[in-house]
Amino acid sequence: MSDVSASAAASVPAAKGMSQHDDAAVSTPSPGQPDEGQGKPRSLGKDAWLDLRTNPIFLVSATLIVILVVMAAFPGLFTSQTPEAADLSKSRVGPSSKAWFGYDLQGGDVYTLTIYGARASIIVGVLATTFTLLVGTLAGIVAGYTGGWVDSVVSRITDVFFAIPLLLGAILIVFSFPTQPGTPSIVIILRVVAAVAVLGWTFVARIMRSSVIQVKQADYVQAARALGAGPIRIVLKHILPNAMAPVIVYSTIALGGYIAVEATLSFLGLGLTPPVVSWGVAISEAATYLRVSPHMLLFPSLFLSITVLAFIMLGDAVRDALDPKLR
Amino acid sequence: MTLIDKLPAGGPIPGSAPLLEVEDLHVEFRTREGVAHAVNGVTYSLHEGETLAVLGESGSGKSVTAQAIMGILDTPPGYVTKGEVRFRGEDLLQMPEDKRRTFRGRRLAMIFQDALSSLNPVFSVGWQIAEMFRVHEGMNKKQALAKAVELMDRVRIPAAKQRVGDYPHQFSGGMRQRIMIAMAIALDPDVLIADEPTTALDVTVQAQVMLLLKELQQESNMGLILITHDLGVVADVADEIAVMYAGRIVERAGVMSAYGNPAHPYTEGLIASIPRVDMKGQELYAIKGIPPNLMHIPAGCPFNPRCRYAQDVCRVDDPPLYDVDSGHASACHFWKEVRDGAIG
Repeated sequence: MSDVSASAAASVPAAKGMSQHDDAAVSTPSPGQPDEGQGKPRSLGKDAWLDLRTNPIFLVSATLIVILVVMAAFPGLFTSQTPEAADLSKSRVGPSSKAWFGYDLQGGDVYTLTIYGARASIIVGVLATTFTLLVGTLAGIVAGYTGGWVDSVVSRITDVFFAIPLLLGAILIVFSFPTQPGTPSIVIILRVVAAVAVLGWTFVARIMRSSVIQVKQADYVQAARALGAGPIRIVLKHILPNAMAPVIVYSTIALGGYIAVEATLSFLGLGLTPPVVSWGVAISEAATYLRVSPHMLLFPSLFLSITVLAFIMLGDAVRDALDPKLR
Repeated sequence: MTLIDKLPAGGPIPGSAPLLEVEDLHVEFRTREGVAHAVNGVTYSLHEGETLAVLGESGSGKSVTAQAIMGILDTPPGYVTKGEVRFRGEDLLQMPEDKRRTFRGRRLAMIFQDALSSLNPVFSVGWQIAEMFRVHEGMNKKQALAKAVELMDRVRIPAAKQRVGDYPHQFSGGMRQRIMIAMAIALDPDVLIADEPTTALDVTVQAQVMLLLKELQQESNMGLILITHDLGVVADVADEIAVMYAGRIVERAGVMSAYGNPAHPYTEGLIASIPRVDMKGQELYAIKGIPPNLMHIPAGCPFNPRCRYAQDVCRVDDPPLYDVDSGHASACHFWKEVRDGAIG
């Protein structure tokens, strides 16, 4: 019963490391074969992971992101001071061996404020991405899978939101819903998340829609229908896992972008406002004193740039890993 | 009514009710450019244990007929406009989708030409076979996976236990088609439709896959509809043949009479175009012209522009299926001439 054939191997799409088990070797059942036991089968995800593990861009960006996330979750690990501590006598004092990043206008330690600022930025980035991913994916699947007039309606709604530039729209939304003094930090943060997410989902929806339309026509979707799978199962098990890759890549890159939008809004005095500590707020405050005390601006912007860069690099690495053609 | 019913004993049990009857099926595709009449009044039936080969070139409507039977036609643009598809007497086309879905996989199953693209690349083959039991029988993961290994054994995949967790791209073409077959036969369907199951495979593997299908059919006595354009495959395994052209059946016959005495010029042409060893060095025969545009099927007999027997009547009158012999019918005004000419 050996289905051995030289041409069978040729019909396997040539991709590096794809056919780990050679058919010729496996069709003669020999349980003693070394790679049978440990040679775990590889899914696309596992393949991508193997690819990522050796990619320096991924390693650098992932390390940075891990550090930033830890910083956001446990700022106490990095600094013993609190962000509220301020000593007016040290207002705008430059970096020294005691305070590496110097002091800000209120005499607060810039290093401590920068560490604590990571939390707001990461929360905004992650929440905005989660929200855009959920709404955009749902809209994209509904439009792409259903087709017909449903697609037209959903796509036109997407276009309406798409036509509004993200930053301009976010400014408008935040401006229309001003916060009162005494509003809790989390509400201030959520307001910015909402402003970004309400406009950001359209990109995800468009990518998802085209991806779903492409996957929908795949033979395995037809085959699943022929063998009795219902529409929900087809969407969840056959279409979604195969259509997610471009959206994941986009969202990773967009996460950095959302953090930048938050900083921009805060810089304009519209986004996060004190008492929330954020890089955008710090940059906004420091801008006035750029020429006399550049250190106040330098450190928060440096962290912001590195964070945005880390997510964009991560997105790039993930895209390369998920796209077999680039291998 | 159907000719195949009158057949003497062969594959099917004489006198038994047919498993599947397709009657006067019409399918059209409504596109921007116009309406393409893909299937125009196809009638055939299938008995338990019988193998019906549906022959025809690309665009003859053989796959569309199968999709309409399974109920997996893409609507829009494809619509069944007329006809009945009866499974054990019950019309599938009148059934609500919910009920019809329970028939797919359990009563009627289908396998496709390209097994690699018919398998979901992100799940292991074991998971995909097990899925059949989880969807239809509500089994838990472990039971279903054990059944999957059993099935992989049944379709003769070597080292099934070791390979159950492998992904489709790790298998050869023939093995993938076996996995597809395993999924299709998982729930012991009564009817299996194989849409060009061996076209994407190389010749030695083709024979193995056909043999496997034949063996599985004998084990479970299922009816097999084999859609193909490979006459070589047909001769070995089919009991009955239906030749399709421009969305209709132009000749129906037992496999012996179709090869021995084709009574339709198209069938005759198909048989003449099989390359033969004893004709080495001579020009290969090809049916002249191209298949008709399904939006503008010629008046009269659709084959008339390519037919060497064509007379004036062929350009006006669409021939019905004439009885040539018991169990043999041809949609040609000149079936006598064709049949006798083919012998001589």
